[in-house]
Amino acid sequence: MLITRKAEFSASHICRNPRLSDAENRVLFGAAANPHGHGHNYVMEVTVEGTPDPVTGMVLDLKALKETMNREVVEIYDHRFLNLEVAPFDRVIPTPENIAIDVWNRLQPHLRGPRGRLHSVRIYETPDLYVDYAGDAA
Amino acid sequence: MLVTRKYRFSASHRLHAPQLSDAENRSLYGKCNNPFGHGHNYEIAVTVRGPVEARSGRAVDPELLDGLVRRQVLEPFEHRNLNEEVEAFRGAVPTSENLGREVVRRLKQNWQAVFPAGDPRLERVAIAETSRNAFEVAAHEIEQS
Repeated sequence: MLITRKAEFSASHICRNPRLSDAENRVLFGAAANPHGHGHNYVMEVTVEGTPDPVTGMVLDLKALKETMNREVVEIYDHRFLNLEVAPFDRVIPTPENIAIDVWNRLQPHLRGPRGRLHSVRIYETPDLYVDYAGDAA
Repeated sequence: MLVTRKYRFSASHRLHAPQLSDAENRSLYGKCNNPFGHGHNYEIAVTVRGPVEARSGRAVDPELLDGLVRRQVLEPFEHRNLNEEVEAFRGAVPTSENLGREVVRRLKQNWQAVFPAGDPRLERVAIAETSRNAFEVAAHEIEQS
């Protein structure tokens, strides 16, 4: 069974590869390369997989999942400038793809038990653009 | 990594199968069989799969995907009568099922020109005629002609 819990955070970022010129960055990222940064209301959906406990009828304690998501991601990301304030985005470009990978890496150590194994992370950068990451290479 | 982009267009259509009688069409399609047609605000979600490229931190350049979808789907369908103005629907009823298949067919046919490296690949297209129903077509369901 899959269970999905949603949380939101708002943060600013710059999409810029420091190894490329300003002109190359503008071609690659467009307005997102603006050196002053810009922000989004991100929505994160965390999906866990597991079997309901026969006694409680629950796969996992959703309150605990909410606390883990808040502690490991929301409190660290919310109202921050990702490139300047949140590792690894001092060296990894904070695209939605890389944010999903980082969220996965932060949550996965806490969600690996037989009840409530991390299945996938979805990050909405806007309502019309989202990415899904399930720990796979492609 | 999967990346999904959502797009919208508005178009009219009529659901009518010429192989069936008028009475059968009315009974099967109900209001959607109105001979004068009717329209929807369609929403389509295009999902691609690929590795995250180190140079850009991305699995797809959204501008390339937007351009492909705009040229192949949004411009030909926007504010059109699908039955009358889109070739594929001269011989097929423009249901969301067939519309989803046509979108996949158009994107696959023109994919190579936009993404010659092979990655990202088209994963699926979801189409919603209204917010109360959704249809998903996986890219592998459509043979490339």
